[in-house]
Amino acid sequence: MRFSGLRVLKEGLTGNRGWGPHWRDPAPKPAYDIVIIGGGGHGLATAFYLAKEHGLRNVAVLEKGYLGGGNVGRNTTIVRANYFLPGNSEFYSHSLKLWEGLEQELNYNVMHSQRGIINLFHSDGQRDAAARRGNAMINQGDDAELLDRDGVRRLLPYLDYDQGRFPIYGGLYHRRGGTARHDAVAWGFARGASDRGVDLIQNCEVTGIDVEGGQVTGVQTSRGAIRARKVAIVTAGRSGQVAAMAGMRLPIESHILQAFVTEGLKPVLDNVVTFGMGHFYISQSDKGGLVFGGDLDMYPSYAQRGNLPTAEHVMEAGMALMPMIGKARVLRSWGGIMDMTPDGSPIIDRTDIGGLYLDCGWCYGGFKAVPGSGYALAHLLATDRPHDSATGFRLDRFRDGVGLMDEEGTGAQHNTH
Amino acid sequence: MRLTCPLCGERDLREFTYRGAALTRPEGETWGDDWHDYIHLRDNPAGENREYWAHSTGCAAVLLVTRDTRTHEVLGSALAKGGGA
Repeated sequence: MRFSGLRVLKEGLTGNRGWGPHWRDPAPKPAYDIVIIGGGGHGLATAFYLAKEHGLRNVAVLEKGYLGGGNVGRNTTIVRANYFLPGNSEFYSHSLKLWEGLEQELNYNVMHSQRGIINLFHSDGQRDAAARRGNAMINQGDDAELLDRDGVRRLLPYLDYDQGRFPIYGGLYHRRGGTARHDAVAWGFARGASDRGVDLIQNCEVTGIDVEGGQVTGVQTSRGAIRARKVAIVTAGRSGQVAAMAGMRLPIESHILQAFVTEGLKPVLDNVVTFGMGHFYISQSDKGGLVFGGDLDMYPSYAQRGNLPTAEHVMEAGMALMPMIGKARVLRSWGGIMDMTPDGSPIIDRTDIGGLYLDCGWCYGGFKAVPGSGYALAHLLATDRPHDSATGFRLDRFRDGVGLMDEEGTGAQHNTH
Repeated sequence: MRLTCPLCGERDLREFTYRGAALTRPEGETWGDDWHDYIHLRDNPAGENREYWAHSTGCAAVLLVTRDTRTHEVLGSALAKGGGA
């Protein structure tokens, strides 16, 4: 089933009776070449690129709940490539390029909207840092513009420019950044993978990872044993529990990150705006809700909900930045479980166990990485070599100290990134 | 979530700062797997977790808190060894 304008017109005129399920619902087979644990954005993207780029179709994605029911359905949908450090920079640059061709590639409307991201700065020192970051982005081949105070004011006239603590000096403008419809990304990759022969198996919880003589041989699941030559753990948010099934401890501590959405409003906010000093960022969804969030609650949690002090802090920061949002009513809030690593950067790598691979540690930046991560992990699974865009995401960098990518320079404590 | 400081009583979460998992610091002073383990690797349980919290805007004591990471239920708190104000 392909989507097209003609098809939408035809279905609209014939009662929309011609649409079918977007993916098959197969029973698990006894064995696969590759089993991917986790049917979220990253797992589904990995399956899609395995089939499309490498012709590997004897692949299963095992999901304990429903497809896209984890963090890919619980984030704030920002897509950007404004990283500074080598290792991260080329990866997110590659991922953004994949985003830019994604809708055509998937024949699926993921509502990717390059509405631009503005990172505000509030001092001369921060301006220098923003210029340096912008130059790094340009050197990577991406886009960045340094806006002065008036430049920001032309785009965002309703901000409070003279607030006492953090007066706005300007912003770093990344025009190709923006947002996408999070669920559609998961669904589009799922459909593309399923159409190419990948089995997407829902309500199938992995309960054990079988290892014999240092080599992975399959998994135990709530729907029976499944043999596999290669197994990839792609379960950010629950990476530690799944890796523990193979006897591994990870450099990850799980933290809660809250997000909030207001009632639907008329278009008021054209871009994504980040107010790092206040721990606040905001965009407006296509439904009209203001989607915003802040920093971690800062303690380990799997509760998928946070506490009020952080909610209060985020609201205060929002009021300080753009007082007009005080008139909007918050509809709901939620929390996602973040795989926080000691340097704030992710892991895509082999493990000490033959045939067992890891894709985890996305901190709170996993959504924008979905295509890039799937592409890189598929390359690693197919060729046993890291993709050029993801050579920095080694698991062992913490052990040997080589190539740590601590973007904010905040040290090795997991929750400080 | 509220935490109980043994010195000050039950207080609002805002007064406390999470200071990391309660782990035993290695004896040696040279880098090795023991330090890698201590600084980076975590059991990261979904359930009962032992962690340090500082009563940072209160008496400054460091507490050893036992807490369920699935529910945020606080199961116990005591002064950490050497953590008194």
